[in-house]
Amino acid sequence: MASTMHLDVVSAEEEIFSGEVEFVVARAFEGELGILPRHAPLLARLQPGEVRVRMPGGEEQFFYVSGGMIEVQPRVVTVLADTAARAKDLDEAAAQEAKKRAEEAIRNRTGEIDYARAQTELAAAAAQLRAIQSLRKKRGKK
Amino acid sequence: MAGAKEIRTKIKSVQSTQKITSAMEMVAASKMRSAQQRMQRARPYSDKIRNVIAHLAKADPEYRHPFLAEREVKRIGYIVITSDRGLCGGLNANLFRRLLPHLSRCQQEGIGTDVCAIGNKGLQFFSRLQVNLVAHVTHLGDTPHIADLLGSIKVMLDGFREDRIDQIVLVYNRFINTMTQEPRLETLLPLPPVDLDTEHGGADEGEDKAYGWDYIYEPNAQEVLDQLLQRYVESIVYQSVVDNIASEQAARMVAMKSASDNAEALIDDLQLVYNKARQAAITTELTEIVSGAAAV
Repeated sequence: MASTMHLDVVSAEEEIFSGEVEFVVARAFEGELGILPRHAPLLARLQPGEVRVRMPGGEEQFFYVSGGMIEVQPRVVTVLADTAARAKDLDEAAAQEAKKRAEEAIRNRTGEIDYARAQTELAAAAAQLRAIQSLRKKRGKK
Repeated sequence: MAGAKEIRTKIKSVQSTQKITSAMEMVAASKMRSAQQRMQRARPYSDKIRNVIAHLAKADPEYRHPFLAEREVKRIGYIVITSDRGLCGGLNANLFRRLLPHLSRCQQEGIGTDVCAIGNKGLQFFSRLQVNLVAHVTHLGDTPHIADLLGSIKVMLDGFREDRIDQIVLVYNRFINTMTQEPRLETLLPLPPVDLDTEHGGADEGEDKAYGWDYIYEPNAQEVLDQLLQRYVESIVYQSVVDNIASEQAARMVAMKSASDNAEALIDDLQLVYNKARQAAITTELTEIVSGAAAV
């Protein structure tokens, strides 16, 4: 029986694959990597592309990842896949947009309310909630 | 029977409100279940990444990442996660109540604050406050995607990298169970060392521990660590967003349940008043007839 290793393919939003495999091929930053069991510890960035996996039965499986990382331990391989297409400029654009929205929100700000005032408002809301609760309790007893 | 008609209309209107609240309760219950599943699904990624970071701490690479270094706190960035919609009890109010003392203490001590609001309620709250709102994202819906969060997270991370912010705190409601949601403040950056002490769950324990080893990095340690830590932070924020959604649905479910119960009690009371009024009207009528007959 050929030796196997454990492979986990996970993305931030879900687990994609978990199980025993014989051989993994991934596109790392500097080229394709083929990983067999008992590989030396390795940590690499992945390029967008496919991760090819050979299962113990000889059956092959493919996963598409749009980037991410691969961590290799002698008997455990973990692919941390990115869910979204990531590029520096894309991230930058998203950040810019988030900033712009915030600036607009600040501009639309109505009167100036300080912390103390907000705190009293919140306290009032909490008091209301408490009052409702005690009312309800009284009601229950009646 | 003067008030009877009014009371009947009132009962009708309370009944239709009750229909709405009980429908909302059921919707929230089913949404909560899927939000909980999403919470479960997101867990492996952050667990795995935490393992890798734990490895890295042991592996002792020569490069020390700025995300791990403590420094004097002159400015704190808060990432505040709230719900987009209301009608979820005191969920958001509790969160703000937990957060405000921190903000005012910062103000007293002359520590600057930057706020990044995730969720509409937070945006509304902070746009009335004198805080420096640096980024916000709203309307994530019930199935948030990490891609929607990246922009706002990056604003904060850039602030940290460029030394504008010295600490990033994550504020959100942690889902404990259906009845309990706990408002939490957690330090996101610099990464607390406790995180790095978590043991590795893999099968390769033991044999590598004896001597110092390091990964083979591709392309190099710095870039790999950069990306890894950034992904880690993003995944924590994503986790908290999903947690907050589960909390929101749970809180809404409970709030709507008590609203339905209250409506029920109100209907009971009104029904009693209505019956009494009806009874009184019949009695008066009878008395009138009887006394009329007696007079004849």
